[in-house]
Amino acid sequence: METINDTKIKELKVIANSIRKSIIEMLCEAGSGHTAGSLGMTDIFTLLYFHTLKHDPKNPLWVNRDRLVLSNGHICPVLYATMAHAGYFPKEELKTLRKFGSRLQGHPHREFMPWVETSSGPLGEGLSQAVGMAITEKIYGGHKTIYALLSDGEHDEGNTWEAIMLASKEKLSNLMVIVDRNNIQIDGNTERVMPLGDLKDKYKEFGWFAQEVDGHNFWEINNAIYKAKNNKGSPSVIIAHIIPGKGIKEWENNYHWHGKAPNKEEAKMALEELDELGSSF
Amino acid sequence: MLNQNLKLNTKIFNQNPEGKSTSYGAGIEKVSTRQGFGEGLLKAGGDDENIVVLCADLTESTKANMFAEKFPERFIQVGVAEQNLASVASGMATMGKIPFIASYAIFNPGRNWEQIRTTICYNNQPVKIIGSHSGLSVGPDGGSHQALEDIAITRVIPNIVVISPCDAIEAKKATMACAKTKDPTYIRLARNNTPIITTAETPFEIGKAQIIFVPEIGLAHVGIITTGPILYKAIMAGRELEKKGIKVKVMNLSTIKPLDKDAVIVLAKETKNIVTVEDHQIAGGMGSAVAECLSEFYPTKIEFVGIKNQFGQSGTPDELEKHYEIDISNIIEKVQKILKRKI
Repeated sequence: METINDTKIKELKVIANSIRKSIIEMLCEAGSGHTAGSLGMTDIFTLLYFHTLKHDPKNPLWVNRDRLVLSNGHICPVLYATMAHAGYFPKEELKTLRKFGSRLQGHPHREFMPWVETSSGPLGEGLSQAVGMAITEKIYGGHKTIYALLSDGEHDEGNTWEAIMLASKEKLSNLMVIVDRNNIQIDGNTERVMPLGDLKDKYKEFGWFAQEVDGHNFWEINNAIYKAKNNKGSPSVIIAHIIPGKGIKEWENNYHWHGKAPNKEEAKMALEELDELGSSF
Repeated sequence: MLNQNLKLNTKIFNQNPEGKSTSYGAGIEKVSTRQGFGEGLLKAGGDDENIVVLCADLTESTKANMFAEKFPERFIQVGVAEQNLASVASGMATMGKIPFIASYAIFNPGRNWEQIRTTICYNNQPVKIIGSHSGLSVGPDGGSHQALEDIAITRVIPNIVVISPCDAIEAKKATMACAKTKDPTYIRLARNNTPIITTAETPFEIGKAQIIFVPEIGLAHVGIITTGPILYKAIMAGRELEKKGIKVKVMNLSTIKPLDKDAVIVLAKETKNIVTVEDHQIAGGMGSAVAECLSEFYPTKIEFVGIKNQFGQSGTPDELEKHYEIDISNIIEKVQKILKRKI
């Protein structure tokens, strides 16, 4: 995992900006879906798919690929858009999101899109599945890294904590969790719905190597991933502080955009804002 | 008489259980279906190193301990966490493994139903779900631990195969057979020692029903369809009925899903009268599956022997089977009743 220089960071910013545009276009076309979480996680997805992951978009089922489990499947617009930009399938297909017969189901389903590692949506299950993958690698002597992307809200689920304990017990140093700490869930602010407090401290108490980063700072995230990869004897978690709706000023940190898609007018305004932002890189 | 073609255990008639204080007849070899699973798992694990086993603090009770001792590197103890049990197994299956997850049926597939539905069946992963201590046979532990709904909640999920073996030998065969398939599978097991009805030579195939008991001569008046160890009671009822001049066939429907529709329809066509028998709620159970099939393809009178919208309670299995009316005498009554029914 090489460090990244300013040129690479600029390149990633440009890609992330165009992925955000795709997300807005596809959600507008679909008429429903989760906007804030998708825009919030775009920088992390961009870094993972364009720098971190061992993968091959032209050979999606390459047996030695790293595994990426998206637990909070409702932010799949960012997964689909990033995969399309990385070359897994044509960007045109993004317009079929949530439509009948589309490979891009409202929540990821591997029967329709076999290049996603798991079908997901119901919260609290993704970490367990990633733990199962990491245990398998450990038992059978593989060298893949298993990445699991979790939302903060799904830490309300007991199942998530069952998985956190098992990962620690099994000393899964091949497991890397990135938590989307955007402080919103459907009913409002996470600390009002069900206080999560200091997630970094909680993971630490459970025996994990825990770090905290600004989830929109490529250099910081990459550095944390690098440190986590060199950590031995325990699983790693990166609590990424994310601005939901990132990129569109009016939508940022507004939980009303959690489960809502933009209409044509809103999309037009947002795309113009991103165009302006893009010209400043 | 026993179906000669199936090489069944003829010694099951050594003792007539009527009037005995034990649940099943004395002098008959009795082994639990969970024991058969444990032996099958050990064998399957030796044959295929891709088999992994996960338990949730009930390793010995589910008889997965034999595998755990022989193959400790392929055994994962997840603690009392059945939701994690199911979803971790799903993750292992995505990496090409065949995970068996074992616990009590009330927790697995009870507690973790949505994880089974989404992470295992929706993903169509070959995880084998083992639910022991099903039915009233749990006895003294009481109603909280008696899974009487597990067939209903599993068979409703797409992709899954549901098997309820009649004895330890069939449980062993079912375990080894499902280890070779790609299907998510639920195997329903019981705690208590129950009669050995089949033999190592009895054929077994997932999805195939078998006629275990047939009239000495001629066609049957009633078809009794059973699943699980209660098959023994149906055989005993069949013998009693024969003495009364009522000829029956008894079917072992060990695979509940996919249902062997052809076999069920053939039995209904011959007898025009079907009685289903199970240690499970009538609602949603094996009898319901039979009724769904026959009402669509060959409408037939059906009587159901099973639990009638109640929870269980503490007691010996014998006492409970009498109280909840799933005993030999209840099967006989239902057969006599259906023969009096016009429609």
